[in-house]
Amino acid sequence: MMKPQNEFNFTFYLLIVPVLLWLIFMIVIPHAELLISSFLVENDDGEMVVSFANYIEFFSQKIYWLTFVKTAAYSIGVTLLAFIIAFPIAFYLTKVTTRKNAAFLMVLLLIPLWVGELVTVYGWMVLLGDNGVINHFLMTIGIINEPLNMLYTNFSLVIGLLYMSMLFMVIPVMSTLQSLDDSLIEAACDLGASKWDIFTKIIIPYSMPGITSGAIIVFMLVIGDYLAPNLLGGKNSLWFTEQIYNSFLQTFNWNEGAAFGFLLLLLSSGIIWLALKVSGQKLEKVGT
Amino acid sequence: MAKILEIKNLSKHFDDFTAVKNVDFSVEEGGFFSILGSSGCGKTTLLRIIAGFLQESEGEVIIRGQSMKGIPPEKRPVNIVFQNLALFPMMNVRENIAFGLKRQKLKAADINFKISEMLERVGLNGFEKKKVTDLSGGQRQRVAIARSLVMNPSILLLDEPLGALDRKLREHMKVELKLLQKEIGTTFVYITHDQSEALVMSDQVAVMHDGQFEQIDTPRNLYKNPKTSFVAGFVGDTNRFELQSTGEGAMITRGGWELKRPELNTSPEVLYIRPEAFILNPDNTINDVEQFEVTIKTILFDGSNTKLSTQVSGSSEELLISLPQNAQFDGIVEGHTLKIGVHRDDVKCF
Repeated sequence: MMKPQNEFNFTFYLLIVPVLLWLIFMIVIPHAELLISSFLVENDDGEMVVSFANYIEFFSQKIYWLTFVKTAAYSIGVTLLAFIIAFPIAFYLTKVTTRKNAAFLMVLLLIPLWVGELVTVYGWMVLLGDNGVINHFLMTIGIINEPLNMLYTNFSLVIGLLYMSMLFMVIPVMSTLQSLDDSLIEAACDLGASKWDIFTKIIIPYSMPGITSGAIIVFMLVIGDYLAPNLLGGKNSLWFTEQIYNSFLQTFNWNEGAAFGFLLLLLSSGIIWLALKVSGQKLEKVGT
Repeated sequence: MAKILEIKNLSKHFDDFTAVKNVDFSVEEGGFFSILGSSGCGKTTLLRIIAGFLQESEGEVIIRGQSMKGIPPEKRPVNIVFQNLALFPMMNVRENIAFGLKRQKLKAADINFKISEMLERVGLNGFEKKKVTDLSGGQRQRVAIARSLVMNPSILLLDEPLGALDRKLREHMKVELKLLQKEIGTTFVYITHDQSEALVMSDQVAVMHDGQFEQIDTPRNLYKNPKTSFVAGFVGDTNRFELQSTGEGAMITRGGWELKRPELNTSPEVLYIRPEAFILNPDNTINDVEQFEVTIKTILFDGSNTKLSTQVSGSSEELLISLPQNAQFDGIVEGHTLKIGVHRDDVKCF
């Protein structure tokens, strides 16, 4: 007969195997491969040598780091916009409407996810194009004579990114708001707080863990997105993921692409770390 | 003394039922007023109307002579201690207490002074920086009370704040709350379903039933002289008997127990006798004492609360009788018969 100690060990190993397999094959090995190839450069003799040249390339060529700065800035902006739009929705669904209505509205919110990003992006192209639904409608009722240039601009880019990522802000914020006891709001009111005080001093601080986890997800999704910038952004709104794509598939410089990929990972992680520091949140508390 | 809170003919209707019916009372300044009732009797609704979270359907709430009609909760001179305390979990003890003061735009020095004074008063010195989630039940209680009291309200409303505490701590907090109220002199309006809390702490208790006040009285009077059948049955332990008929100068219960009542001129339907009203082995010479025999069925030992479960001889009625834990009654065993007396004034008929 097995001792209880052994039994525990057996279960422990049985459960840790899938986790380790996932980590090693899905995360560690591909990234290690990328990391190694990012430090390799082809020399004049066609041999691969170890070098920092790929990373130096990023910092020495203005176009690369400017694209990155723009991508990061837009991602932060989209994250903020997602919060501004998602918070009232989450608040309405958890605190204002009935449970039954909330469930129905939640399904409506989820529908774009079922359709998939590519289809919704094309949907926005149909809506925003020069001959699209919105321009057609505005011209028909006579508000404008010339079609508005909306598609292939930063405007359409932001709309597409927002539409794709907004739900990932709504859900974590909803889950923290659900645990917010209404009596906290009443207590604040009883202690003389105005509506604005209640919002800024009670509701927002209380839902901060949800907002933070929502913000991390949205930021990561947006900064790493390829479809929306490529299809809705047009020529003038180059996204950093497009640079990576170009390195891999247009200039066939896989080593440079790998270096750019790593830089994206490091820099976006750095931005999140900085944001957590500034807002005083702790990663282990996020989402609880 | 001046009346600090007056409730005039207050009613509250919800869609299909009336939670509060024509309630009318007043509370004197510096008093400890309790509203006692089982859950669903409308006491929380009444409290929320006084606090301003609910709008009354009819009637009026007057605080310090001023009608509260249309005044929102944040502008009323009352503060509330919630049932679940509603401490702000993201703030520490100090920030919780400072919350209301900061809304009043007081100077930082004033806020600091008031907070340290209040912490001193509730015995939480040195807890300023502690997170409220790290406190014990009793400490959280005190923070919630301090947070409301620091606002210096005309009336402090307490919504069953001891409900979540365990028994020992609740007993302790009862005494502590009473002493605190005496010391600071703020008017407390306390709602509870626990009669012991109401009786121990209050100057006046209102017993609420089905949205109405049955009786407003001192705890002692509520216990000794209940005005309605509901109060007699609700407050304190009691023996309840339904009466079958009232014959010539006597009352006969359903179970066939006959009690003499020579002066009786009404026809009551039910009578109540408290377990401790019975006299064991009464002297034959005392006046106005109804005497009878009971058979002891079981002794329900519970320390100072020990009771005898007995059956009245010659009837099927069962009686609970308090048994003082002193040497005099050590000889009482199950199965024996015992002579019992009860003073006529202790038999409450309705």
